[in-house]
Amino acid sequence: MIKLNINGEERELDIAEDTPLLWVLRDEVGLTGTKFGCGVAQCGACTIHLDGAPVRSCMTMAADAVDSKIVTIEGLVAETGSKEGKAVQAAWRALDVVQCGYCQSGQMMSAAALLAGNKKPSDADIDSAMNGNVCRCATYQRVRAAIHDAAKRLEA
Amino acid sequence: MTIQQKIPGGRPLDLSRRSFLAVAGGAGVGLVIGLKADPALAAPSGAPVQFNPFVKVSPDGAVTVIVKHLDKGQGVATGLATIVAEEMDADWATIRTEFAPANPALYANLAFKAQGTGGSTSIANSWDQYRTAAATARAALVKAAAAEWKVAAGEIKVVNGVISHPSGKTGSFGQFAEKAGDSAEPTAAPQAPQFKEPKDYRLIGKEGLHRVDNDSKTDGTAIYTQDLKLPGMLVAVVAHPPKFGGKPKSFNDAEARKIRGVEQVVQIPTGVAVLARNTWAAIQGRNALEVEWDDSAAENRGSDELMAACKDAVSKPGVATATNAGDAEGALKGAAKVIEADFAFPYLAHAAMEPLNACVELKDGGVKITTGAQFQSIDLAVASKVAGVPMDKVVIDTVWAGGSFGRRAVPTSDYIAEAVMIAKAIDGKAPVKLVWTREDDMKGGYYRPMYAHRVRAAIGPDGMPVAWHHRIAGQSIMTGTAMEPMLVKDGVDDTSVEGASNLAYAVPNLKVELTTIKAGVPVLWWRSVGHTHTAHAVETVIDELAYAAGKDPVEYRLALLKDKPRHAGVLKLAAEKAGWGEKLAKGKGRGVAVHESFNSYVAQVVDVTIKPDGAVKVDRVVAAVDCGIVVNPDVVRAQIEGGVGFGLGAALRNAITLKGGEVEQGNFDKYKPLRISDMPHVEVHIVKSEEKPTGVGEPGVPPIAPALANAIFAATGKRVRDLPLGDQKFTSV
Ligand code: FES
Ligand code: FES
Repeated sequence: MIKLNINGEERELDIAEDTPLLWVLRDEVGLTGTKFGCGVAQCGACTIHLDGAPVRSCMTMAADAVDSKIVTIEGLVAETGSKEGKAVQAAWRALDVVQCGYCQSGQMMSAAALLAGNKKPSDADIDSAMNGNVCRCATYQRVRAAIHDAAKRLEA
Repeated sequence: MTIQQKIPGGRPLDLSRRSFLAVAGGAGVGLVIGLKADPALAAPSGAPVQFNPFVKVSPDGAVTVIVKHLDKGQGVATGLATIVAEEMDADWATIRTEFAPANPALYANLAFKAQGTGGSTSIANSWDQYRTAAATARAALVKAAAAEWKVAAGEIKVVNGVISHPSGKTGSFGQFAEKAGDSAEPTAAPQAPQFKEPKDYRLIGKEGLHRVDNDSKTDGTAIYTQDLKLPGMLVAVVAHPPKFGGKPKSFNDAEARKIRGVEQVVQIPTGVAVLARNTWAAIQGRNALEVEWDDSAAENRGSDELMAACKDAVSKPGVATATNAGDAEGALKGAAKVIEADFAFPYLAHAAMEPLNACVELKDGGVKITTGAQFQSIDLAVASKVAGVPMDKVVIDTVWAGGSFGRRAVPTSDYIAEAVMIAKAIDGKAPVKLVWTREDDMKGGYYRPMYAHRVRAAIGPDGMPVAWHHRIAGQSIMTGTAMEPMLVKDGVDDTSVEGASNLAYAVPNLKVELTTIKAGVPVLWWRSVGHTHTAHAVETVIDELAYAAGKDPVEYRLALLKDKPRHAGVLKLAAEKAGWGEKLAKGKGRGVAVHESFNSYVAQVVDVTIKPDGAVKVDRVVAAVDCGIVVNPDVVRAQIEGGVGFGLGAALRNAITLKGGEVEQGNFDKYKPLRISDMPHVEVHIVKSEEKPTGVGEPGVPPIAPALANAIFAATGKRVRDLPLGDQKFTSV
């Protein structure tokens, strides 16, 4: 048994401690917004927040998250989500960033974490914070624009 | 066999072979794939009335568009919804979309005469069909209102989903849906409807419409195959042979079975499958398997040997001739100046963000498949054969796909076939979700083939081209598939030469030859198919000729495109918007390319900087596109932006290589995708046109590599002919 705090809810889960959080979230808890893209921290599709910091859930063991607050895309954009999460979602929608959409939960998680620590990121800040998030549809230009847009929304 | 099925409250439909109702009609069947934000519309209330295979209207006024194509990001769900909403005069806020089930009799791609998505045909083939469906539904609603109000149908107006009569009567689609469905002529052929005039469009070509999948893909609720979870479902991960053509000989699953959650291990023709209660257990179980492979029929060559075979082939006359106009070889002999250029193109993986997967249930003597299905006609046939059930017992439901770039449309339906094999191997005792890991996906074959080209081209005393002799060698995508009779003629697979065999430039003597190489590496169309390599060869050679003639590359092309107004149109527009002709600082270069593919025309101007360490940075791409009538301008821009990025990643550093028959790349650490820091600023300009709409999913890809290579030449004087660039360093001039 392992206790995890996921999107503000305490859960007790009967899983091996070394199970990657990605599979705990997806297969055990049913939060499928977090995606599997590579399994080896190369693509960012599985990005979640651990105490606000973006981490790749495919390479994070469940045991390493027991004392942390886990937030997934579902929690990020929920009523109870952060203001950065909401601004990011609004910007993503306004600019129609998504194509296939498969990478976008991860993109949004990384973007929200960036904005939480940097109110006005430059293009260079964005490129370095977002470089771990692959988008095979190459929506990168809109990701950049949407982060600037979200920053403006947060300022207002 | 043709059966007639009555749809509740709607017209009967002509159905061949398959029961429409069983798979498509009725309330609640089919997956709702795009909901507008309005919570009132979250679930349809009352049974929706199906007017035809493409349009349903619910009593609450929701209009559901049945999308016959797979939306894997290209935005076709939004496009088809826009066409229907426009022609029906529906309120955009009431539009929903659902993917059509597999049913080629109803949902064939009219360009293929089979159900499938590809070749950038989705909007082009659906344009008249979906407009007709919408116009017919609208007419039935108007007729029902006219009958109830006892007025002439011609006096009724429909604006934004509101039906009204000058007498002051108004009503909604939902209100008349049932009556309209009942009164719809049961057997009459649809009248050729009067389509809306483009000047009256309020949605088509307009800015400000958002994608139908915008909401569900930004809150984690959009469902992909990977997200499916059926009661009792087992997840299967398969150990595949390390070489193409290999087969499992024996295996030891003692360690795999010790892993908690692993339920069963079965041998199937394509490998050894581990079935587990969750994905992680299945992955671990697969990793713990020991398998002995039978490589007796495997392809053992590496990519070096295979490239050597291609290179050898282009050093000799081609086995087949694709184009022969005038006397290219003769004209080359006497020419003032001859340019010779050799090109090499590697295998490329599609590497869509969602690795391949499929869900299969065997029950009641049939098979139900749920996946991002892209080639339903073939998937039905393959699933029926593998499962050993009649085709009318195969149901395929489609869900969003996390990319494809061609990989989900496979002439062997490889990933679907494998999922069915596994379900069969466990006697259908549980639903099976087959999950390929990234490594399975990348090493799984069906690559853009490797090719070599040799081009000899000559200019006359006036600098204009007099001869073009082009040889291509590589594997054939179509040979051995169901498409062979259509696309392979006289030994020429059109997809090996398209974009070269129909050279747009006016060159009096043109010869294009092809030698098809046989190899055991499975190959497939990859976003823009043959144009991925032919455009690079053609557009860099024409650039060389322009420089050899001492002419401006844009002017030179335009002079050779006098009979090609749409090529010339995009070229001029891109050049003008990019500021073509400006003087650039040392270390910077600007290059151009223009190419038609799938009846759409794209020109791109690329700006590069050569960095102090000699690496290339792509700063900006200015693109112009002519795709006829534009349904959704923002989706067009998105596809061109994405096409630029997709092609650029490949041009910069992607290659699948093999050693001793084994693929050397398994994940994004070795097959390095384009990342945000590589992404140039992309500007997309759209040519105004009243031509029929053509596709945009692929045509953004072909020009990027040659425009990049031409920009590097402008900056450095060095020609880039082999792709990818890799870590070559350049010196600016
Ligand atoms: S799935 Fe975790 S980084 Fe790719
Ligand atoms: S939107 Fe398709 S991978 Fe990013």
